Amino acid sequence: MPKTYTFPMGGIHVDKHKITSDSSIEFAGLPEFVTIPVKQHIGAPSKIIVNKGDKVKVGTLLADFDGVVSSDVHSSVSGEIVKMEATPNANGYYETMITIKVEGDEWEKSIDRSPEVVRDINYTAEEIVQKIRESGIVGMGGAGFPTPIKTTIPEGKKAEILIINGIECEPFLTADDRLMQECAEQIIMGARVLNRALGIQNAVIAIDENKPKAIAELQRLSKLYVGVNVRVCRTKYPQGGEKQLIRAITGKEIPSGKLPIDVGCVVQNAGTTFAVYEAVLKNKPLFERIITVSGNACTNPANYRVRVGTPVSYLIEKTKTDISDVEKVVLGGPMMGTSITNIDAPTTKLTSGVLLLKGKEFGKKYQTNCIRCGKCATVCPAGLRPFAIKDAVLYNGGVAELKELHAMDCIECGCCAYSCPAHLPLLDYCKLAKQELRKK
Amino acid sequence: MDKLILINILIMGGVAATAALVLYFVSRRFRVEPDEIAEKIAAVLPQANCGGCGCAGCADFASTCSKADEESFAKLYCPVGGAKVMSKVAAIKGYAAADKKPSVAVLRCQGTCTNAPAKIVYDAVSSCRIANQISVGSSGCPNGCLHLGDCVKVCRFGALSFDEKTQMPVIDISKCTSCGACVKACPRGLFEIRELSAKGSLLYVACRNTQKGALARKNCSKACIGCQKCAKLNPEITVENNLSVIPQTIDAKEWGAQLSENCPSGAIIYREKINA
Repeated sequence: MPKTYTFPMGGIHVDKHKITSDSSIEFAGLPEFVTIPVKQHIGAPSKIIVNKGDKVKVGTLLADFDGVVSSDVHSSVSGEIVKMEATPNANGYYETMITIKVEGDEWEKSIDRSPEVVRDINYTAEEIVQKIRESGIVGMGGAGFPTPIKTTIPEGKKAEILIINGIECEPFLTADDRLMQECAEQIIMGARVLNRALGIQNAVIAIDENKPKAIAELQRLSKLYVGVNVRVCRTKYPQGGEKQLIRAITGKEIPSGKLPIDVGCVVQNAGTTFAVYEAVLKNKPLFERIITVSGNACTNPANYRVRVGTPVSYLIEKTKTDISDVEKVVLGGPMMGTSITNIDAPTTKLTSGVLLLKGKEFGKKYQTNCIRCGKCATVCPAGLRPFAIKDAVLYNGGVAELKELHAMDCIECGCCAYSCPAHLPLLDYCKLAKQELRKK
Repeated sequence: MDKLILINILIMGGVAATAALVLYFVSRRFRVEPDEIAEKIAAVLPQANCGGCGCAGCADFASTCSKADEESFAKLYCPVGGAKVMSKVAAIKGYAAADKKPSVAVLRCQGTCTNAPAKIVYDAVSSCRIANQISVGSSGCPNGCLHLGDCVKVCRFGALSFDEKTQMPVIDISKCTSCGACVKACPRGLFEIRELSAKGSLLYVACRNTQKGALARKNCSKACIGCQKCAKLNPEITVENNLSVIPQTIDAKEWGAQLSENCPSGAIIYREKINA
């Protein structure tokens, strides 16, 4: 048996529920209206450069990046802009979105729509970063950190290794799994493009054990490309966390408050890598992504290629699920995703899954008191003490105490809340603690 | 035998004498002069230790008062004791008492079950602070009450209670000391400390929604829709971000009845003769 990699501290084994890993990616189709939020990333909202009534094509720039940490937003459909105002997002809060009425499917001429894989990279590092920026690519694993910033190495630091994160440790989600099975070569080319931008020669594609088809496909192809290696990681949650993955592959630990680049690593999600390939070699901005629609209340679970801004309700209809049967709709995975209040909300660049859940397993459980068993501290992959953070934030422990507990190092994986025998919502308390720290 | 006892007494006595000498010099060296003024001030304070004044507690407030000069003393105010206690404190210090009208906390939301019916089922953590992060709330109003009662938990004077029927906190004005704990606790800033007018009446806008009229009305029947009707009646009232702002300078007794009757959505509330 070949060597498998993993992180040493904490982590849990969750039920996989990967029911859609064998259903191939289908195009979800075009809804009547799409609603595109101008902020789909960490940082400043983008600056709108179009007007109401404008006709746009697929790939037309809608909003320009504003400030250093920001990203471009492109149209995902062709049609007319009918509304540009505050629209409720998935949580019900209002934010600025651009609503487009879909008319036909006319693409910008610059986009290369041919199915052939481009294998020549004729760009310099600066050109690549510029292209990534113009294509509005953000980290598609869920955090939404603008990719051009990650691909620009700050002065005085040096990248040594590029890790492509093909680990989808969240239950239910199979979007990256399918992408690696169907578009393996494109992902490898995307890794080469990123290599060129970072000025390094080697890339490691990390996949977890429970994706044998993706591993076989990528291992076959990686023999044809020098410098691309496939590493198999153990199936454990949260193996796909950036810090955990670096620890598993390189054995290096990122100090508190530092970034992966400080230990010479750059981690990119497999979906992001595919988007980089399409942006640089196919001139295609980021306006569609793979979304897994699944869950135990979903009648026809599937992987869809979805245009950004498609309403969640459209995807639910597409699976022919009776919405009255669904108790909870979750965007993202069941561990880190959020239960949403508004199903007419749009999907964004960061939506990796739409889960339709019901039943006891996913409902609210009876809460009791903390018995100080320390289970949450045992499973915490960041080595924190969630029960202490909970006490500090609940009983006004103050910023100094939260800092001492390193609450900012929480990666919000949810292992603590999952394993708590008293069913305490520890993750919510940790998130609250981080919010308090950010305020000060 | 006698010698042994004598030696023991001498040794123990010597140790005691040396220790006493050391303690004497140390206490002389590190002597803290008792602040008599602070002690006097502390005696008249309500000793609620609520932190409403901005100090850590009543003792801290007393020492801050005693150190303050005339200018900085004017900024210090004990909201719990009110003018009564402050006049006593000022007398101790020999300064003029700050002139402040009695005030109470008011709840600026009327999103009860009937006014703002629930659209979603919220079954996560029972804490407003957390609920505010993850969801807009059951009614759909982004500025409205979340019905989870963080404010009730922080009130140290028993002035706040939770009404199960309306799912809203209720302020018992006779018990409210306007310490401001609820103002800090509410993640949506629904509490405001309002001054009572000379005749003990109260006038305020019971809404915080800054959305456009139609949107605000969709979620709550008592929402301020920014119609400008109150602003037309009294030019001192302004409408900012679709929300009416009634300044404290408007006499509640004179304008209250007229303004609250005139408001088409019933967002302006007028209450007469409150004995605080």
